[in-house]
Amino acid sequence: MKKILILFSHPKFEKSRANSILVDKIKDKEGVTFCDLYERYPDFNIDVEAEKELLTAHDIIIWHHPFYWYSCPPLMKQWIDMVLEFGWAYGPNGNALNTKKCLNVITTGGTRALYCEKGTNSFSVTEFLRPFEQTANLCGMRYLPPFTIMGTHKIEDKELHDYADKYDKLIGLLQQGLKLADVGNFSFLNDIPQLNT
Amino acid sequence: MTGSILFEAIVFLLGAIICVSIAKRLGLSSVLGYLLAGVLIGPYVLGFIGKEGEDILHFAEFGVVMMLFLIGLEIEPKNFWKMRKTIVGMGGLQVAGTMLLSYFLFILFGFDWKVSLTFAMAVALSSTAIALQTIKEKGLLNTTFGQSSFSILLFQDIIVIFMLGMLPLLANTSSVSLENNDGHTSLLQNLPLGLQTLSILVSVVAIIIAGKYLIVPMLRKVAKTGVRELLIAAALLIVFGISLLMELVGLSPALGAFLGGVVLSNSEFKHELESTLEPFKNLLLGLFFMAVGASINFIVIAKSPLTVGGILVAVIVLKAVILFITGAVFKLKLNQRMLLTFSLAQVGEFAFVLLSFAFSLNILEQSQMDIMLVVTALTMTITPIIGMINERVLLPRLGTKESIKRPMDHIAKSQKVILVGFGHYGSTIGRFLRTHGVEATILDHDSNRVDFLRKMGFNVYYGDATRADLLKSAGIADANILICAMDNPDVIKQLAKMVKSKYPKVKLMVRAKNRYAAYEFLNMEIDHIYRDSLETSLKLASEVLSQMGFRKYTLQRQIKNFIKYDEDSLRRLAKEGKIGDDNYIFKARKELEQQEKLLEQDFKRGIVEFDGHWDAEQIRKSLDDSSF
Repeated sequence: MKKILILFSHPKFEKSRANSILVDKIKDKEGVTFCDLYERYPDFNIDVEAEKELLTAHDIIIWHHPFYWYSCPPLMKQWIDMVLEFGWAYGPNGNALNTKKCLNVITTGGTRALYCEKGTNSFSVTEFLRPFEQTANLCGMRYLPPFTIMGTHKIEDKELHDYADKYDKLIGLLQQGLKLADVGNFSFLNDIPQLNT
Repeated sequence: MTGSILFEAIVFLLGAIICVSIAKRLGLSSVLGYLLAGVLIGPYVLGFIGKEGEDILHFAEFGVVMMLFLIGLEIEPKNFWKMRKTIVGMGGLQVAGTMLLSYFLFILFGFDWKVSLTFAMAVALSSTAIALQTIKEKGLLNTTFGQSSFSILLFQDIIVIFMLGMLPLLANTSSVSLENNDGHTSLLQNLPLGLQTLSILVSVVAIIIAGKYLIVPMLRKVAKTGVRELLIAAALLIVFGISLLMELVGLSPALGAFLGGVVLSNSEFKHELESTLEPFKNLLLGLFFMAVGASINFIVIAKSPLTVGGILVAVIVLKAVILFITGAVFKLKLNQRMLLTFSLAQVGEFAFVLLSFAFSLNILEQSQMDIMLVVTALTMTITPIIGMINERVLLPRLGTKESIKRPMDHIAKSQKVILVGFGHYGSTIGRFLRTHGVEATILDHDSNRVDFLRKMGFNVYYGDATRADLLKSAGIADANILICAMDNPDVIKQLAKMVKSKYPKVKLMVRAKNRYAAYEFLNMEIDHIYRDSLETSLKLASEVLSQMGFRKYTLQRQIKNFIKYDEDSLRRLAKEGKIGDDNYIFKARKELEQQEKLLEQDFKRGIVEFDGHWDAEQIRKSLDDSSF
């Protein structure tokens, strides 16, 4: 079974209905390490060595966060800046993360329909996520398409629980070794047939 | 069997050890233990100590002098100046009121006016030794009541000089027999009053000047030699010297010592002097209390039980009433007033001096003096017991109650937090918790503060948190977290020890006044330690560096690094150098050693390089020697 590390970043978790439902579902799952970054590093002073050890001990890294201004919350960017060190994660001899898999799990207020050329947001989620994709690539990781919970402003609790079940199922698939090849051309992991049977 | 010095020493020490440990176990003040030990070993119960008890009494009065010196050390001159109104106001009212009432009382008992006046003077004075020792033991010196008691006692110390000066005027001059006089005359006795006053003033000024320009330089020289016992000798020399000077001009040595202490309170030797003299003071005071106990003359009591009993009750009631009124005039809260009333209701050690001086002047007859001496010793023994009854039985029912029922209207009910100490440190904690709707149960021993907090809606218990029953009623049994935010690390230690053994489930979060307190807490296996002296000093240092041009964000990260580094070394050093509780003599030296080790480590660590994050230069460097 693959080991999964969920790096969760939310500056106001206690007020996030969607994320509390999602997190409650998966945080105590066997083989999953749930790491609440804003709880661990409230002062942004990240313990780089400890984070590197965590990364080394896991096979799949999930960046779970709300999608703020088309990107991640600042602490997660701080985490990327500090932990993915030159000479360790990338650069000469920087191969500590080779062969690991990586993906974003994001919540957005706007619906998927708004994220397209004609929508208010002009670009697709895939395009907005390019920096993360390339970060993973540069570190030699295989980047999977995102799992998204979109339109959270209007979603009912019931639907959120459905998302949580799907998230839980996805983690199961990843633990059993879901491959990039299995994903096909889907832009969202939400849509792969393995999750929708 | 009495007579051998060794034997006497053993009797005193054994008596003290047995009685004081029993008293402490029962939760009583050590003063009471000593007094009872004195009664036990005295001539009327076990008979180990005979007449020589009185000589010991005079010798041990020196403990009072040392205590005043030590208290002076803790009071800086400007604070002393601030207290002047309370000293004169409260002290004046108490002494004048008590003298007036008790004068008529003794007239009623049938004594003639001279005797009555002498008795009235003796009765007006309270026992510095008993009252202050008890107050300090409970850590209450900084409460309203503690300060009031202290002020009154200080005023009495001053006024006793005038009383001793007045006594000869009462004497029937023709029959004064100076042979009877046992040394309470001073060099100045025969000078005119104006000159006496002048020389008193001169000697006070002399103490102040000598403190600054003679004593401190001398201490520096002594400290330089590095011979520890020289410093002990010097400390004793200071106290003896001041006492001698005071006795020469007819002032109370205790008052002089207090002044000397105040003068030295700003010097760098403050703590050194404190730790040096503390054990001497404690032993001498203990001896003093035992001598008082031993001096209770049960034969006199047996001869005229009604007179002694009547005077005893009347004196205590009268003093209590006047103290209560004084407290009311100066607007003390009811319970602080009660504490004041009972802590100062005894007749003090100055009475021994006044009475024997009056006897030597033939103002009193032997039997009159004996009765009054017995009454004095008895009041000293009884008032601590009444004080205890007051605290245990009366106070919980009166005025500021230890607890009040108040509906808890906040969600934070499920997690119970107790906050002990609501001074500057604790109040900030309480306020912040409150902004989150967390209503901590607060324990504090200043009732004026407690009442105010209650008005603000805080859930406050009044009293000494180291008392098990109070903690229990504050709900320690089902508390999750206990915050210790008191000023005094020793009191915190006592509280933490008790909670740790009786309520191991409660999480202790402890304020550490400094590194040394932190070491002790770490060695008690308390993990959550918050040092007064860490964050704010680093904040200041980083602002300095920022002013000089260092970047703020880097400094902020360096602070975090430094705290981590310092915390690690704290834990390491705590294991290496355990400082014992009781080893006063070596404590200061040990602390110095640890400071040295700390600085040595810093030196080895050198200037800490900023880490590589966001540092383009580092990447450029590695790119130079690779093909990346």
